[in-house]
Amino acid sequence: MTDRPAPKRVRITSPRTAAARPRRVTVTREIDAQTEVGEVYMRSLLSSQVRLAVMVLGGMALMLGGLPALFALVPAVRGVDVLGIPLPWLLLGGLVYPLLITLGWFFVRQAERTERDFTDLVDRS
Amino acid sequence: MNSTASIVAIALVAVVTLAIGALGLRLSRTTSDFYVASRSVGPTWNASAIGGEYLSAGSFLGIAGLILVAGADMLWYPVGWTAGYLVLLVLVAAPLRRSGAYTLPDFAEVRLQSPMVRRVSSVLVVVIGWLYLLPQFQGAGITLGVAAGAPEWLGGLVVAAVVLLSVLSGGMRSITFVQAFQYWLKLTALLVPLVFLLLHWHADGSPSPVDGPVGSDAVPGDAWVLPLASGIDHPLYATYSLILATFLGTMGLPHVLVRFYTNPDGRAARRTTLIVLVLLSVFYLLPTVYGALGRVYAGDLISSGESDTVVLALPSRIVGGTMGDLLAALLVAGAFAAFLSTSSGLTVSVAGVISQDALIRWVGGVAGFRLAAVVAVTVPLLLNLATRDVAIANVVGMAFAVAASTFCPLLVLGIWWRRLTDVGAMAGLLTGGLLAGTAVVLAIAGTVDSGWSAALLLQPAAWTVPVAFAVMIVVSLATPRRMAPDVARTMVRLHTPEQVEVDRGDWQPRATRLSSLRPRAPRR
Repeated sequence: MTDRPAPKRVRITSPRTAAARPRRVTVTREIDAQTEVGEVYMRSLLSSQVRLAVMVLGGMALMLGGLPALFALVPAVRGVDVLGIPLPWLLLGGLVYPLLITLGWFFVRQAERTERDFTDLVDRS
Repeated sequence: MNSTASIVAIALVAVVTLAIGALGLRLSRTTSDFYVASRSVGPTWNASAIGGEYLSAGSFLGIAGLILVAGADMLWYPVGWTAGYLVLLVLVAAPLRRSGAYTLPDFAEVRLQSPMVRRVSSVLVVVIGWLYLLPQFQGAGITLGVAAGAPEWLGGLVVAAVVLLSVLSGGMRSITFVQAFQYWLKLTALLVPLVFLLLHWHADGSPSPVDGPVGSDAVPGDAWVLPLASGIDHPLYATYSLILATFLGTMGLPHVLVRFYTNPDGRAARRTTLIVLVLLSVFYLLPTVYGALGRVYAGDLISSGESDTVVLALPSRIVGGTMGDLLAALLVAGAFAAFLSTSSGLTVSVAGVISQDALIRWVGGVAGFRLAAVVAVTVPLLLNLATRDVAIANVVGMAFAVAASTFCPLLVLGIWWRRLTDVGAMAGLLTGGLLAGTAVVLAIAGTVDSGWSAALLLQPAAWTVPVAFAVMIVVSLATPRRMAPDVARTMVRLHTPEQVEVDRGDWQPRATRLSSLRPRAPRR
């Protein structure tokens, strides 16, 4: 152990107080000044919300908008009875509504989550 | 039908409406109170109020009548009027609230910074508002006629008078309470009689609506029960066009949008809309059952052209006696609540636009709003006297088609697409409004009666909405220099949550801007 060379002498100096310290720029100020960084934050918020909107409305269009096409292409479906109620009446007169509420609930939850994440991101910086 | 019980019911609804309105008088003092209840209404109150305001004559009486006549295809009306709120929730609710605008023209101004687009939007709000007020007055006339044998002009006059008194006394604050009360009244008025009707129907051995007795000119039961089978031209096109008009037209109705300004913030606006979705879903389960029961007990109304009265006629036919009269009176009360609430909402929003965009140069503040309310009600009332023969359903359809072809593209593109320009918005609004308006006017005038041309004119939304969107997008892309100079700041305003402290610009709605110029009496 004794044959190891002695550690090199280190000189300790004071921090370079004279040099310009990088100023902390908050995200809100970046957004206000419409800098590229601010724009990136705004665009990412917007595109998350657009993705969510497309997903929810696309789901609705597929499920509801598909029904008339289904009735036209497979006419036999129209005459199917479920528990004594014709299928089109059961779907359009009843089951559609819980579906719409579920989609709405999902949207509100996700949209609020996106906004919370955005707020945290902006506040943390 | 015993008319005494019905008249008492109508009088009660009117008195309660006015009493709640008077209560609001002591609460509302400033211009801001009159327009948007100072944005301090909680989500549950606000949602009940939106439900109350939205469920009009068409929902309370019209849907059951349409289902009685044409069957399964008509189920898309209540579905579309509910799904319209999901579309509104997803695309419009929170950003619109965050825009800080009071009215649709305000939104056009804050987003596009163009006085011209603002002016065109104002005209469209008034046109759509009047188109929608007209059938409310007509429906009131028909109801009062059926319930009490009154002449047809009287119902509209009664509704107009009550609405005006209530609006003049308190503006939107009192309207909010009145509307909330009227949602629950309408739900009760439809639900309670239905329980009795279904019990009697069950005791009768649950006869199937498919086998109900109808005249030879009506759609026969086996076709009535199937979608796409009621015998109209191009039923698949008509169904999709109806879906587009109702899903997208809801957001463009002026009295629907004005409600969103009363939420405290964007998050509350979303939550309110979700509650509205629940309230509407509960309500819209009921008219379908009335329509189907009508097939069993009131098939003759189809041939006599009185299908719109099926909801009011069923209690006396199924239950009968004093009980039947009382249930009928409850339904009449609900129907009147429907006319009153929708008319109040429309009057407030049309009056808001008239006072801010036309009268403001001469009379401002509360006095201007009151004068505008008188104008907003008087014009459709006179139109109602002049055009009593135009079918209610056609006028309602026209309002939805025009709204879907004008304000829907303006709102959706304005909120989500930076590159929308004032020239593009203007071109789209004019194209959509003229195409949809002309189509339905031609259809009502009866210039065509069969084939593709009739289908395209009767249900124009499937082509006018895409055309309006396309024109707005193409013209905007062709005029990139006309982009609003501060569009980035406006996007921040529309989309960032309220807790984030950013610069949202200093735009103020015109009503506040102008009223703050005048010295205000100190508040105690």
